Amino acid sequence: MLRSILQRLLMLIPVLIGITLLGFLLLQVVPGDPVERAMGTRASAEEMDAMRRQWGLDQPMWRQYLLFLRDCITGSFGTSLFHKLPVSTLVLERLPFTLAIVAYSTVLALLIAMPFAILAALRRGGMVDLAIRQLFVFVIALPPFWLCFLFILWLSLGLGLFPTGGIGDGLVQNLHRLFLPSLVVGLSTAALIQQSLRATLIETMSADYVDTARAKGLSRVQVFTRHILRNSLISTISIVGVRIGWIIGSTVVVEKIFSVPGLGSLLIDAIVSRDFPVIRGLTVIFAMLVVLVNLLTDIAYSIADPRVSLD
Amino acid sequence: MPLLSVQSLKTEFHGRRGIARAVDDVSFDIEPGEIFGIVGESGCGKSATCRSILKLFGGADARIAGGSITLDGVGDLVALPEKRMGDVRGSKVSFIFQDPLTALNPTMRVGRQIAEIVMRHSKASRKEAGQRALELLRDVKVTSPERRLMAYPHELSGGLRQRVVIAMALALQPPLIIADEPTTALDVTVQDQILRLLLERRDRTGTAIILVTHDLGVVAEVCDRVAVMYGGQIVETGSTDQVLQGAAHPYTRALLAALPSAAMRGRSLTPIEGIPPSLIAPPPGCRFAPRCAHAHDACRAARPALAPREGSTPGHLDACILERGT
Repeated sequence: MLRSILQRLLMLIPVLIGITLLGFLLLQVVPGDPVERAMGTRASAEEMDAMRRQWGLDQPMWRQYLLFLRDCITGSFGTSLFHKLPVSTLVLERLPFTLAIVAYSTVLALLIAMPFAILAALRRGGMVDLAIRQLFVFVIALPPFWLCFLFILWLSLGLGLFPTGGIGDGLVQNLHRLFLPSLVVGLSTAALIQQSLRATLIETMSADYVDTARAKGLSRVQVFTRHILRNSLISTISIVGVRIGWIIGSTVVVEKIFSVPGLGSLLIDAIVSRDFPVIRGLTVIFAMLVVLVNLLTDIAYSIADPRVSLD
Repeated sequence: MPLLSVQSLKTEFHGRRGIARAVDDVSFDIEPGEIFGIVGESGCGKSATCRSILKLFGGADARIAGGSITLDGVGDLVALPEKRMGDVRGSKVSFIFQDPLTALNPTMRVGRQIAEIVMRHSKASRKEAGQRALELLRDVKVTSPERRLMAYPHELSGGLRQRVVIAMALALQPPLIIADEPTTALDVTVQDQILRLLLERRDRTGTAIILVTHDLGVVAEVCDRVAVMYGGQIVETGSTDQVLQGAAHPYTRALLAALPSAAMRGRSLTPIEGIPPSLIAPPPGCRFAPRCAHAHDACRAARPALAPREGSTPGHLDACILERGT
């Protein structure tokens, strides 16, 4: 087990090198000059050149890339042009909020999806099943940014149930404050999980071992919870895992709207100010998170399903 | 008084193409301690008959449309509410399914799967049930049972898995075990061991067994009595000797002629031409008539009843109107 995990981690190295290259090259084609942004239009050409030298932007491209690679390996991921701080420091300050939204929205998605999936599977082909399906198709079709505004207008400003954004102190306050952003991110995932769990449940219900369990004299409820639901949830792990990669990306917009000081809002601010090192660093860190989540998913799957091994 | 008495059982499967009458007026009795074989081609209603007894139809939309299934000491299972059926399943009647790989939950250790049935029907603690599971595995001659308890089904061979399934079926020493093609998915050598295991069990505890098979060789080897099914009906029944030695129904004869044997060495086998009848819209008369070489108009007109022949030994019935004295 440990050996396979190490092997998988080693295999990630070429992937990560590829990501750094991609992150670096993308920024070379992005229009806009950070020096101009920083100094405004009134700076003289000499002053701008001096700034460029200071930030290392006068170096040939391959050198800039190697410097960036060095920063990745040392763990600082470069120094922010505007915060004058290592990117790693900025990231560590904000990572907990992003991870909180990712975890929170995943839990919400599961809590929303499971009862509907079970209900739909038990009533498959009926009106209830059809209604649930329509509901979730509708939910998938709603754009997240629009949902953000809807929730803010309706639940925050209208009913005053939730704050419009920001973060609080302590677990309870943050569970309350991060609820809406997490809900927005979790809803479309809930729809996805509902569809797939429903299908898996229906498939599992006609498995032979379900008959065996019934033939032992177990009640419908016992068979459902111990055999059908358990096994169906195991195959849901992989879907959740793939989806978390998507969730990490989708926190960007939501964090900005709800003013959550996470990685997403950091990224948007960095893009606006052309803070190249931060953008580059975050690109690599987002990619690392996705890759890491995939590895964790595989590990979780191999623990939950005895037939699957990591190698 | 028979242990189990099935009378005029009718079971329907509701599908997209219509209602399939998989079991159509089937009656038979099982005496305590006897091994009763049910033979026939795929889709003849053997499995549906067995599943009707426990009212377990998997994912299929099936229901018992008529008849009665009377279990000694319990009453009519057809009328029994689902809650009380749970007390019968596993403790009074247990079921051995055909494919031991799919019959076991792939994500649960086999020890727990055996313990589950013990705990369902007794007040045993988890630990006691585990102990009992160990004894049961030993009973069905599983080597190093302590290790197997902790194994997952995919880690065991087909024969071992079937032993685990049998251990579960034997857990509460039920008076009746229904074995639905228990050896079909197994190697020939393993088949023999599994059959012997069931036979020994019957001899030791007096458990009656309904053995569903399409293999007449298996019937000859282990069954006391046998019923031959065709198109959802029993076409011939009697003791194994009566049916195999003195087959009266053309379908039974055809089955026997399609069977390879030492005496037939060098001669070609005779397959049964045609396909089994549709259970959705079966032929009106004898269901075998379209494939029967001897059929005439009377065969196609009305359904022949299961009846003894003139001069036949008691208990031997068949449903063919040909060559009858009357």
